[in-house]
Amino acid sequence: MQFLRNLLRLRKTSPSTPILSSLPGVTPTHSRLKVEWVTDVGEVRSHNEDTALIVTAAHDGDDALPAFGLFVLADGMGGHQAGEIASSLAARVVAHHIMRQFYLPTLISQEHDASQSALNEALVNAVQAANSAVADQVPGAGTTLTCALVLGPRAHIAHVGDSRAYIVTEEGLDQTTHDHSLVDRLVELGQLTRDEAATHPQKNVLYRAVGQSDVLEVDTYVRMIPPGGRLLLCSDGLWGMVGETEMADIVQTTSSLQAACESLVAAANRAGGRDNITAILVEPPLS
Amino acid sequence: MRSLETHHTGAGPSSGESLAQEPGAPEELGTRRIRPSSQPLERTEGQLPNGHLLQNRYRIMGVLGVGGMSAVYKAQDLRFSNVTRLCAVKEMFNTATDPQVRAMIVRNFEREANILATLSYPAIVQVYDYFTEGDRSYLVEEYVGGKDLENVLSETEGFLPEAQVVHWAIQVCEVLSYLHSYEPRPIVFRDVKPSNIMLDSHGRIRLVDFGIARVFQSGQKGTMIGTEGYSPPEQYRGIAEPRVDIYALGATMHHLLSKQDPQLEPPFSFHERPIHKTNPLVSREIVEIIDRALEYDINKRYGSAEEIQRALMSLSSARGIGGTTAFGTPAFISGDVLALWRFACEDEIRSSPAVHNDVVYIGSYDHNLYAINADNGKFLWKYATEGGIASSPCVHQGRVFVGSADRVLYAINADTGRISWTCPTQGSVWSSPQAAFGHVFFGSDDRHLYAANIHSGRVAWSFEADGPVRSSPAIGNEAIYVGCEGGVVHAVDTGGRLRWRFRARRGVTSSPVLTEEMVYVGSQDWHVYSLDIRSGWSVWRYRTGGSVVSSPAVSEGLVFIGSVDGYLYALDAEGGHLVWRYATDSQVTGSPAVANGAVYFGSVDGAVYSLDAHTGALRWRFQTDGPVTSSPTVVDGMVYIGSTDRYVYAFPV
Repeated sequence: MQFLRNLLRLRKTSPSTPILSSLPGVTPTHSRLKVEWVTDVGEVRSHNEDTALIVTAAHDGDDALPAFGLFVLADGMGGHQAGEIASSLAARVVAHHIMRQFYLPTLISQEHDASQSALNEALVNAVQAANSAVADQVPGAGTTLTCALVLGPRAHIAHVGDSRAYIVTEEGLDQTTHDHSLVDRLVELGQLTRDEAATHPQKNVLYRAVGQSDVLEVDTYVRMIPPGGRLLLCSDGLWGMVGETEMADIVQTTSSLQAACESLVAAANRAGGRDNITAILVEPPLS
Repeated sequence: MRSLETHHTGAGPSSGESLAQEPGAPEELGTRRIRPSSQPLERTEGQLPNGHLLQNRYRIMGVLGVGGMSAVYKAQDLRFSNVTRLCAVKEMFNTATDPQVRAMIVRNFEREANILATLSYPAIVQVYDYFTEGDRSYLVEEYVGGKDLENVLSETEGFLPEAQVVHWAIQVCEVLSYLHSYEPRPIVFRDVKPSNIMLDSHGRIRLVDFGIARVFQSGQKGTMIGTEGYSPPEQYRGIAEPRVDIYALGATMHHLLSKQDPQLEPPFSFHERPIHKTNPLVSREIVEIIDRALEYDINKRYGSAEEIQRALMSLSSARGIGGTTAFGTPAFISGDVLALWRFACEDEIRSSPAVHNDVVYIGSYDHNLYAINADNGKFLWKYATEGGIASSPCVHQGRVFVGSADRVLYAINADTGRISWTCPTQGSVWSSPQAAFGHVFFGSDDRHLYAANIHSGRVAWSFEADGPVRSSPAIGNEAIYVGCEGGVVHAVDTGGRLRWRFRARRGVTSSPVLTEEMVYVGSQDWHVYSLDIRSGWSVWRYRTGGSVVSSPAVSEGLVFIGSVDGYLYALDAEGGHLVWRYATDSQVTGSPAVANGAVYFGSVDGAVYSLDAHTGALRWRFQTDGPVTSSPTVVDGMVYIGSTDRYVYAFPV
């Protein structure tokens, strides 16, 4: 209908030329949203409790929707394989919610409306749904959950636990998320050094994780990924083993995303590979 | 850890939340753990049955509490055969497999028992006996009937009275003073928390669970013991000295007054959760005392229990006197501001001024567009239209553009006040014009957004919206963004083609404001929306308590906007969270302006306000004689605004 109305209106009010003749009448060429990832059991553990879940959507043509990507990383914890069940369940529930509440409606409706969740609400609702699902279905287990919804050059991030999201540019790594760990808080307060935190007996204690309480507070962030920059999501099996400088070097000097992910994981394994290692690298489209 | 029943014991269980690394159970390398939640641990295995006899003397009568490595029983001492003498028996499990470690644990236990047996203070439970049987060690203590403060708190509806909490805290200080001055070495309690403070039948406090108290040895790093949430940061470095207890007392008072359990909150987040945010009844004075007790830097805390006790006793709530400064009634500080000049029109002013080359242009319901000298408020010229003017003028390339209720958009020579051209529409023009790309864009009540040639006024195109367009267009990203009374925000390209639509639940009179990434706009559906500039997808929305016809102002990561609920809101532009809000005495329908760290706006209560943009603190206010729905314009250190009292005002910023 709107399409028809546009036509009628255009005929009625009749500018034969657009106001800005310098503007091309075609949509600019879309470059693509790129993503690669690697998940690895490491050198010590017998099974992999990390989960990576990736959904991307591309739409080219008239009235095209912006490039869309959803990247979910979850690092589970709990005995008897409950950890991997929890991380996988959490990631699936998040993806299901975001697609249903946020993305799918945009495919059939030409307009977004206020009856749909706003993006940040959809993200927080999705993580809270994952929280209930894990608490119900995998009692006693828990998981970290770091989700990035990338729209054009912008990353919307929802986060619980100590997996991390970084923006990687020529200047190095910029850590977006805060770890919900006791030692991280002590470091923030200047009560422990980074080195002391790394060897602290309670370095693995999280004060917030998915599946652990009825009410879960979810951190959200919005970050621009500058041209040439990349978004890195990783579990503590990577950042706990490999220094930030080395991580930044690998991501910056490796042009292929796949090779960069593999190098990151290899570096963590060389350093001991004491935990499962997952890295997801995203390159947004250039506008 | 919630105790399992209200009938408590002199020796609470050392719970699973203890920071202590339990001996014999070294943590597995690399295993992530989650901080235990507040659900009680249930351990029935190996628990002593009722009737069980220990040392041929203590008959078990029931379990008072269980922890990860310990249990507490209620027991009867059979030595006193003619009466029922009750006691509390604390049982500790020795799970170490290494014989040396096992022996060390028993030695530590016996040392603890010996210290406790020497303490003699009314508010400290008495220790009667101790012994070890196989892999279990026992401490026999005085049985205290009553409740602990955690029970009391959970049974309290609403908030505990401040005077009550102060009364308890002073008593805790007295016990701590006794312990901290103990000879030969101070004793640091190390685990002050509501569940370790019992209230006996006389309403006096008793400090329980000395299971972890240890003789203080200055500078020596010990095992980390305490409870997450109540323990200060340095305790995680193994430091235990008297000021550790002062922090924990502060944490306990924070919990008792705010009703927020620190075990369920992020660690060390007291300062981010000020008590008066949840409990507006607390006094400023007690909050200051608690804040100082909770300093992360140990040297900034009170130096001793006596010192904090003196501070507490100086509180008026400690003396049973009311009338403290409650946070609920903030002091009203208003610096006087004098208008530099005011200019009288013949009817109400709802339009907002435009200022260009030292001239203020403003429309009035008296049908006139006025040009006024910005320095002294002297009249320069006026142009009469055929209807009231609520549209705000825009100045561009020597012309002033303004809409009128007479359905016409006017282009007037900015210097002479002579007409250049007119652009008639089919409805009143309340929308304020915007000039760009050689065109003037404006909305009309005839449901259209118009693009008129800036030189001739010829309509290049018009775009039909979903209702009357009273919102003013915003231009950027090679598109025009505008709301309409039908509730739709439209993004239209420079050729008049629709890019996207966003539908709010009610009309959008508010005018969008753009950043590189976002479109911010309010709606009569009570919400403020943040929309993706490319797709129109809503990124966040914030619900106010009323219709939002005010237009946002965006500055330094904050979105400022008014609502009919009477507040001016400052929201974080990224996430849409409330940063602060300021209550006026009536609706805020005008739009704010931001300049130099201050926000300016008017309210239907008749006042013009200036607030600190970061904190929302009042800088000044000026009372006019009519509702202020005009929006201020800030130029060169001056604020210009109109009022329905017919005056245009000029204030210094």
